[in-house]
Amino acid sequence: MPLLAFIVVFFALPLVDMMARSFYDPKVADSLPETMRVLDTWDFEGLPPEAAYASVAGELLDLNEAGTLGSLALQLNHEIAGARTILLRTANELDGDDAAADGSFQDRLISIHPQWGEQEFWSTLKIMGEAFTLRHYLGAFDHRYDAMGEIVARPEYEQIHLMLFGRTLWASALIVLLTLLLGFPIAYHIANSPPHVGNLLLILVLLPFWTALLVRTAAWIVLLQQQGVLNDLLVALGLISDDGRLRMMHNMTGTIVAMTHIMLPFMVLPLYSVMKSIPPVHMRAAASLGAPPFLAFVRVYLPQTKPGIGAGCILVFILCIGYYITPALVGGRTGQFISSFVAYHIQQSLNWGLAAALSGVILVAVLLLYLLYSRVFGGDSIRLG
Amino acid sequence: MTRRNFRSALAMAAGMAVILGAAGAAGAQSITVVSGGGAYSNSQVEAYHKPFMDEAGVTVNSADYNFDLGPIRAQVEAGNVHWDVADVEEHQAIRGCAEGLFEEVDVTAMPAAADGTPAEDDFIEGTFSECAIGTIIFSTVYAYDERQFAEQDEKPSTLSDFFDVEKFPGRRGIQSKAQGTLEFALMADGVAPEDVYDVLSTEEGMNRAFAVLEKVKDDAVWWETGAQSVQILADGEVAMTVSWNGRIQSAIDEDELPVKIVWDHQMWMLNMWSIPKGGENVELARDFISFASQPERMAEQTKYIPYAPVRTSALETIPDEIARTLPTHPDNFANALKFDASWWADHGDRTENRFTSWLAR
Repeated sequence: MPLLAFIVVFFALPLVDMMARSFYDPKVADSLPETMRVLDTWDFEGLPPEAAYASVAGELLDLNEAGTLGSLALQLNHEIAGARTILLRTANELDGDDAAADGSFQDRLISIHPQWGEQEFWSTLKIMGEAFTLRHYLGAFDHRYDAMGEIVARPEYEQIHLMLFGRTLWASALIVLLTLLLGFPIAYHIANSPPHVGNLLLILVLLPFWTALLVRTAAWIVLLQQQGVLNDLLVALGLISDDGRLRMMHNMTGTIVAMTHIMLPFMVLPLYSVMKSIPPVHMRAAASLGAPPFLAFVRVYLPQTKPGIGAGCILVFILCIGYYITPALVGGRTGQFISSFVAYHIQQSLNWGLAAALSGVILVAVLLLYLLYSRVFGGDSIRLG
Repeated sequence: MTRRNFRSALAMAAGMAVILGAAGAAGAQSITVVSGGGAYSNSQVEAYHKPFMDEAGVTVNSADYNFDLGPIRAQVEAGNVHWDVADVEEHQAIRGCAEGLFEEVDVTAMPAAADGTPAEDDFIEGTFSECAIGTIIFSTVYAYDERQFAEQDEKPSTLSDFFDVEKFPGRRGIQSKAQGTLEFALMADGVAPEDVYDVLSTEEGMNRAFAVLEKVKDDAVWWETGAQSVQILADGEVAMTVSWNGRIQSAIDEDELPVKIVWDHQMWMLNMWSIPKGGENVELARDFISFASQPERMAEQTKYIPYAPVRTSALETIPDEIARTLPTHPDNFANALKFDASWWADHGDRTENRFTSWLAR
């Protein structure tokens, strides 16, 4: 029971909250409720009615008074360059106006800043004013609403997420393959060694697993950098010249190498636990029935390790596609995963809605993969040890 | 608690009360000046605080903060201002001024130059406003590793050379931020400093800046922190890097790093004195700012830190070998760009997003 409460409070609730941000973003709607009601009836044709100008003028003044205009401006600035200046200047100038001034609010606002006379400014405002919105998910797939409220692709120079999703997927798949190729023989060897040797080998696998992640990653930096151990060795052996030192870090190579190492235990342990339960007599039986070693391995041993392979692969793959710290440290410019953009929008651009949508896409991708896997291999075929 | 402990605690409390009482009585005769801490605050203590204490008989307390407006806003709004003078970055001064956080200050009330030039003409253009008075100028420049160009007759001397990897081979260190980087790219491409932000405001101008960066994209090491920028230069990982003049200068002075600063098309920004609104010692704070705005005081500060005084006449009294290392020396300052913080406040979000996307591609 306490465990359940703990999971709900510290895992489920934050997750739900974060996911909610990806489609529920009430900041603008709450700040300018009257304006948004007026804009509901506006169909993106021409400029909105005078009532929209009148209500936005009133609401900006109220926000300025309440001291919350700045946070609204910050929000709008994500989509409208210069929104901060427009709002602050408008509120300041309106504040100095005579309450009994006549003339239309439309003329007054446009005279304060010409952007109030732009159809696109209003349509962006209307779109951002929808509390329940798909715009963050559109952003996650490099699309957006245009001035007429239609869904269009973002300009090419802003397109990045699809490419990063793709990169994350193929790099993760490659890491899974590498850990499987490296991990399978290790696991086999551990499972089939006498206990004291096996335990020692197991500890050697687990030792890096117990070492702090940053230490392991930093160790790779020491090894791989251009003035690093590996390059020094290659130069000393005369294999490469001092000017021709290899760039093995701050690119995808660095990410793949370091990630493969870090993920290896997650592949070895499920494999080992499954292999441990395969009786050695099976192989001997196959041999006694005349199967050559290779055939016996493929036909008798390998099929029995399937649950371990499945569990290892899916575990490593799922860990990889959300992984952040190692690519961030050794990936440089071209070795980053989609997680780097989640971090960027959380920490730097403060566009949490978009960050949540990106995480949402990752979450859905993981769930789909899991479903696919359990359809193909059967749900209970995964054994995590 | 034993009886003895209790008694000593009582004595201590009484002692504290005496000290606090004394401090309270002297309250009118002390001001608190808040600044960024470290070597920078130290240079201010030596050049301004100590002499002001001697001259005015006032205690000046030095406090540190991280140049964030938050605590100042909180003090002003709570009506409980205990920082009498604040050293703020220019963009914070603009914002705080708009929010009404600062008292007005008048540049014409600052002391005139030795030759009688009034303060408003002696301060470099753009270094004062109605609620803040400039104190130091620092700048973003690039520096190259002299070892890596030792055999080459021609040395890097213009900003364009930084982006010319054919003429000057070697990797480049650039901050992984659009801010500052795009300005450099445009100026290297021939845009005059006064036109930079107009050009950057247009779609074509933005594309042009990215086209310049594209040329060095694969040869660049993109750094995150100022410490990194110096480190990659010292390690020989890059042949030249963008950085801040103060960081490079102290690497030259203290670590004897064989690097040279190129001042062509430098980008400068400033820190300013301001007075949080509603403090008890506003007049004393004004006196302090006047005192610290004397050209000879400003010149004194350059002995401790490689930042430039905002007054032209202050530069003239500085020994030549120091003056040459400062952003505002006439040889260095000719085609400098003043960093426009308010342009970035408006365009920063979308521009940084575009830059980050470009970098990851």
